[in-house]
Amino acid sequence: MMSPLPFFLAHIWLIPMFPLATAAMMLFFGRKLQKSVIDVLCAGSVFVSFIFSVGGFLQLLSLPQNNRIAINVLFEWLPAVPYHMLDGRIANFVADWGFQLDPLSAVMILVVTGVGFLIHVYSTGYMAHEGGYYRFFGYLNLFMFAMLMLVLANNFLLLFVGWEGVGTCSYLLIGFYFHKKSASDAGKKAFIVNRIGDAAFLLGIFLTSAVLGTIRFADIGPALAAGNFNVGDPHLVAIALLFFVGATGKSAQIPLYVWLPDAMEGPTPVSALIHAATMVTAGVYMVTRTSAIYQLAPAAMAVVAMVGAITALFAASMGVVQTDIKKVLAYSTVSQLGYMFLACGVGAFTAGIFHLMTHAFFKGLLFLAAGSVIHALSGEQDMRKMGALSKKIPITYWTMLIATLAIAGIFPFAGFLSKDLILGKAYEKDILLWIIGYFTAGMTAFYMFRLIFMTFHGASRVDHEVEHHIHESPRSMLVPLVVLAGLSIAGGWVAWPEIFGGNSAFIRFLEPVVAVPHEMREEAVKGVSSRLGEIHLMLLSEGLVVLGILAAWYLYIKRTELPQQIANRLGWFYRLVYNKYYVDQIYDALFVNRAKDLGLALGAFDRTVINGAGVNGAGWLTRFISKILMWWDTWIVDGSVRLGARLVWLLSYPVRMIQDGLVQSYMLLIVVGLIGFLAYYFHLAHQVMH
Amino acid sequence: MIPTEYYLILSLALFTIGVVGVLTRRNVIIVLMSIELILNAVNINLVAFSHHFGSVDGQVFAIFIITDAAAEAAVGLGIILAFFRNRETVLADEMDMLKW
Amino acid sequence: MIVNQALFCFFSVMAVVSAILMVTRRNIVHGAVFLISTLLATAGIFLLLQAEFLFVVQIILYVGGIMVLFVFVIMLVNLDVSLRQVQFNRQKYVAIVLTIVLAAQVFFALWIARNGVNLTNPSFKMPARNTEAIADAIFQHYMLPFEIASILLLVAMIGAVVMAKRRV
Repeated sequence: MMSPLPFFLAHIWLIPMFPLATAAMMLFFGRKLQKSVIDVLCAGSVFVSFIFSVGGFLQLLSLPQNNRIAINVLFEWLPAVPYHMLDGRIANFVADWGFQLDPLSAVMILVVTGVGFLIHVYSTGYMAHEGGYYRFFGYLNLFMFAMLMLVLANNFLLLFVGWEGVGTCSYLLIGFYFHKKSASDAGKKAFIVNRIGDAAFLLGIFLTSAVLGTIRFADIGPALAAGNFNVGDPHLVAIALLFFVGATGKSAQIPLYVWLPDAMEGPTPVSALIHAATMVTAGVYMVTRTSAIYQLAPAAMAVVAMVGAITALFAASMGVVQTDIKKVLAYSTVSQLGYMFLACGVGAFTAGIFHLMTHAFFKGLLFLAAGSVIHALSGEQDMRKMGALSKKIPITYWTMLIATLAIAGIFPFAGFLSKDLILGKAYEKDILLWIIGYFTAGMTAFYMFRLIFMTFHGASRVDHEVEHHIHESPRSMLVPLVVLAGLSIAGGWVAWPEIFGGNSAFIRFLEPVVAVPHEMREEAVKGVSSRLGEIHLMLLSEGLVVLGILAAWYLYIKRTELPQQIANRLGWFYRLVYNKYYVDQIYDALFVNRAKDLGLALGAFDRTVINGAGVNGAGWLTRFISKILMWWDTWIVDGSVRLGARLVWLLSYPVRMIQDGLVQSYMLLIVVGLIGFLAYYFHLAHQVMH
Repeated sequence: MIPTEYYLILSLALFTIGVVGVLTRRNVIIVLMSIELILNAVNINLVAFSHHFGSVDGQVFAIFIITDAAAEAAVGLGIILAFFRNRETVLADEMDMLKW
Repeated sequence: MIVNQALFCFFSVMAVVSAILMVTRRNIVHGAVFLISTLLATAGIFLLLQAEFLFVVQIILYVGGIMVLFVFVIMLVNLDVSLRQVQFNRQKYVAIVLTIVLAAQVFFALWIARNGVNLTNPSFKMPARNTEAIADAIFQHYMLPFEIASILLLVAMIGAVVMAKRRV
């Protein structure tokens, strides 16, 4: 065919296999291994995957820009089955176990393996004293395998395998402390809510194969061209919307975001890896992967943008009033994911991926640092019981501060560049979207610095016994924090915009994959230039961010009694937001309890009807039949036998009576016989004589 | 001369009485004695006919019958004795073991 | 001839009456005695029929032998007990009826034939010397039965001894 691929490009398929191998090892004999062996094996396999990812990326760069794609097909999974498409053409349904490395998946595997490796190292320190050490790393490596399958798949079906796999690992890891009911409930909730999205995703895959005749990513472009689809074709809109519903499930958008805050029941490294850096971004990845379809369905893109923007605002509002440090970060994740979908919705898919990458850095860092704080405070997670920790755990403090600056969007940290790119694109598309995103950015800055001030500054509200044990985390936990801090500072510089003299290398790198229309391509690089110049937009957003930081300082350092007063003044509104708008309760009443009712009804049906009529009825019927058979056996079968016996007894009656053992009765019979004989003899004689 | 049938009727009478005795009495010794009576009635019959036809054959037969009666009486009484020693009874009604 | 008839009447009445008495007595010894009387009457009948040898044999054998044997055994059997027991069994009525029927049958036969066969007048004469005639008959014509009779007696003797013996 073509010239043989360079080494790393030929061995893309190995990248998910390393963590899979160590996960299998954990499954089979993890219990007997020492902690240090588990550390080396599990973190090491992820590191090897990272090396292969880096190698693959570098070798990908050596390919010409318009053909940066390398495919490894391991084996044909589902052989071709011909079927009829919606418009009558015949197509073959074929799925193979194939891996595709192109700029998009290269970015993803670098983020997943890189941040994943750092989190593995962190976990060796954080989970050192927990039970089930080998189980944790087994699940974590299994997750790495599933996530890498997801991003490296070359067709929808294999992607779905990884999709389901990460969902399963999420369930396993959220419910890691399965002895706690709240943890196992949270795991169930995550899985079930995900499932709803997965159903829509599956329908989308079916519709894709019916409309386009293929489920391979590389074939979608040609299929769209060959199908003569108009912009706004209802089939494509349907496909795009179905995929998006699946994305809302996995990436925690409205209406399927409710599982993410509960997922904080899992260990903190899990929250960092799965619910900040990688799994939740799978939805964004999937939407970007199918950007060609979305481009032809503007209605769907409008829905994506709107949902993303509203989710961002909605989640940010809830993050403002939360008191658990991890819950704040959870709502922040939902909010930032909203930004990514907003980017995709306005056509800036590359900006969405860029924000995904920077978010992985600073959100992962935030969670790990929060874990460090919790570790230092012997398990305390309520911010109302923290304070004045900045001097006591300095490295944690500084790294967390860097991450907060990044997420707030302060120049030149990573978050600023990515968020600003998104806001710029939104401004071009629809000013309403920009307004929502703008105010959400302000709220983000506010509640993140609220977190910093409540946790590290002000007076110490820490419990007495806890205060004695405050200590900085071990090196295994601190080193990843520092590395991620560095990435949070410099991670955005790969897309340094032209305005400041850069060349937006990252954006250019991704472009061939995301099918951005030609006219938008230039602007993606240059930035927007209508009504307000790009610089002006930047200054506006920076201004709001600084305002937010100052507000947080004022309320949580200067006059700490104010928040309570404001809460009291707002009364019912405050309570509404504090209780997360009662969304969980609404879902419970509408769906969850109705589903449980159905289960109870079916259970009652099973008990009364199935057990009653079926099982008990069958039992009763069997006994009844056996009674009949017993009657038959006793009276008819036995009866005929007894009848025969009785008949013989009756017939033998005279004979029995005769033989009584008395000689005289025998002699009487002799006399009787004699009389008879004589009578006969006389009769004969009489005849002779006459 | 006495007509021969007179003797035959006598014989018949004795025979009848003997049969009644055999069939009716419970005491087996009486039964045996009734049997002797029957044999005697037969003897009378035989001798009457021997007298009627003027030959001694009837009497010879009667001698043999007497011989046989003696033998039978001896053995029968021996049996009764043996039975009496076992069961303390001489009643025919109680000698009913030879049945099912 | 009147002597014959009178003797015949006497002996026959004696025989029949004794027989009836024998069959009906409660006391067995009485029964035995009445049997002896019957046998004696029978002997008399034999004499009337010109069977002198049989007359003697009857008395010596039957009365002197067999009846003595009977009396011996009667003594050995529990006499007192049997005096108190029921004498007649349950089938007495049926037995009597049947026996009367039997007798009637035979009597009927005799009645029918009273004119047919010349039974009234014996036309043959008996041999003059009875014992010699019997001896001639036994030892010439009836030798085999005689021998068999002797074996029969032997067997009976052995049997009686075995029967009456006490358990060894």
